[in-house]
Amino acid sequence: MKQTQFKNVDPPFWVAWNQALASLRVRFFRQLITSIGVALGIAFFASVQTLRAAQTTHDMQSEAKLRWLVGTSLVMCLVGVTNSMLMSVTERYREIGTIKCLGASDGFIVKVFCLEAMMLGAAGSFVGAGVGSVLMAGGLLASGEHVRSIQMLEITFLGVLVGMTLTVLAAIAPAIQAARMPAAAALRVEV
Amino acid sequence: MSERDVVVRTANVVKQYGEGEAAVRALNGVTCEIYAGEYLSIMGPSGSGKSTLFNMIGGLDKPNEGSVFVNSVDIAQLTPRELAFLRCHTIGYIFQTFNLIQVRTALENVTLPMLFAGVQPEEAEEKGAALLATVGLGHRLHHRPTELSGGQQQRVAIARALANTPAIILADEPTGNLDLKTGQEIIDLLRSLNTERGVTIISATHDHKMLDVSDRIFHIRDGQLADVETRGEADAEAPLAHGPSASMP
Repeated sequence: MKQTQFKNVDPPFWVAWNQALASLRVRFFRQLITSIGVALGIAFFASVQTLRAAQTTHDMQSEAKLRWLVGTSLVMCLVGVTNSMLMSVTERYREIGTIKCLGASDGFIVKVFCLEAMMLGAAGSFVGAGVGSVLMAGGLLASGEHVRSIQMLEITFLGVLVGMTLTVLAAIAPAIQAARMPAAAALRVEV
Repeated sequence: MSERDVVVRTANVVKQYGEGEAAVRALNGVTCEIYAGEYLSIMGPSGSGKSTLFNMIGGLDKPNEGSVFVNSVDIAQLTPRELAFLRCHTIGYIFQTFNLIQVRTALENVTLPMLFAGVQPEEAEEKGAALLATVGLGHRLHHRPTELSGGQQQRVAIARALANTPAIILADEPTGNLDLKTGQEIIDLLRSLNTERGVTIISATHDHKMLDVSDRIFHIRDGQLADVETRGEADAEAPLAHGPSASMP
């Protein structure tokens, strides 16, 4: 009787990369909406940060108010991003089941979703952070307050960082769960 | 006949869904042997445990009790990685709903399992194109599943199942979503692959055209293997027992 020889061959990185790219390209509008969800959250975050950067006087009360606003904006971000990513992963359980049937390792599936989330998160939060901080800076400028451009850059960078982290974290949890599921269960899931 | 190679063996397989009062025993002690190179159909009414048995044999799910051996390897003992390897190299899957990857082209769908197996991309593409030509889709390599008809999608799925020259092809109601004529074409294709390449075909089905070409038929009732028919008996019985109803979902 033929004995199966088990070897561990992981497909090269570009296989996962191509899969992630194909998914972004073909499902462009669906992914765009997800990305806009991320962008909105980050825009709010970035605008509050800009407001905070413009603050010149440091009285305790307004500082506390702004901190509270930053906290709120982060929570809003978290909820918005997590919701969009959860949706976009759970609606693809079947696809995950199918890829498992073809012999993908659990790691490959997580890798694909991670790459997708990184690209989505980077695009969404870059746009969001840019738009949020520029709009707020414009508004401040109209009322005679200035934000230095180096601060704007910092805020954009921070926004992208926060956005990407949140997006990847929000995508990775359901992706790991889906990857670990028995293939039959993943195939059965109807969304 | 008695000395044939056994490719899949199940021993007292029990699968239970849910717990306590609400528990449902989908499989209640199934013991069977499937020989290399045969064309086997698994028959049974909906809810008989047919699909569950299919999932067990394919390593898509693990039994609660008993064991499933594929090529004399106990599936329950495998790590997730080894299971992925088994699915990649030993088993090809065909589904009722085709389950192609919607975002990839026909050719990419066929090459993906080869890339998982570590085949070089050029070689994979060449072999993928040849496989698609074998199933009669040589002219549709770069179409995505949404641009293909049901029958064509199922052909892509068959080519994909053959990608890593598996020992077994598992087909879960492969004709269930197809019209009569297309269904017949798919059945003929599976049968010819079975005779030409010697690949073992195990299919869960309602379709009596499928039974006509089978070497053996397992009848599943209430989670148990109720009856095993060999081809001769099935030929005599099929038209009476199953009538004109060709493909039920």
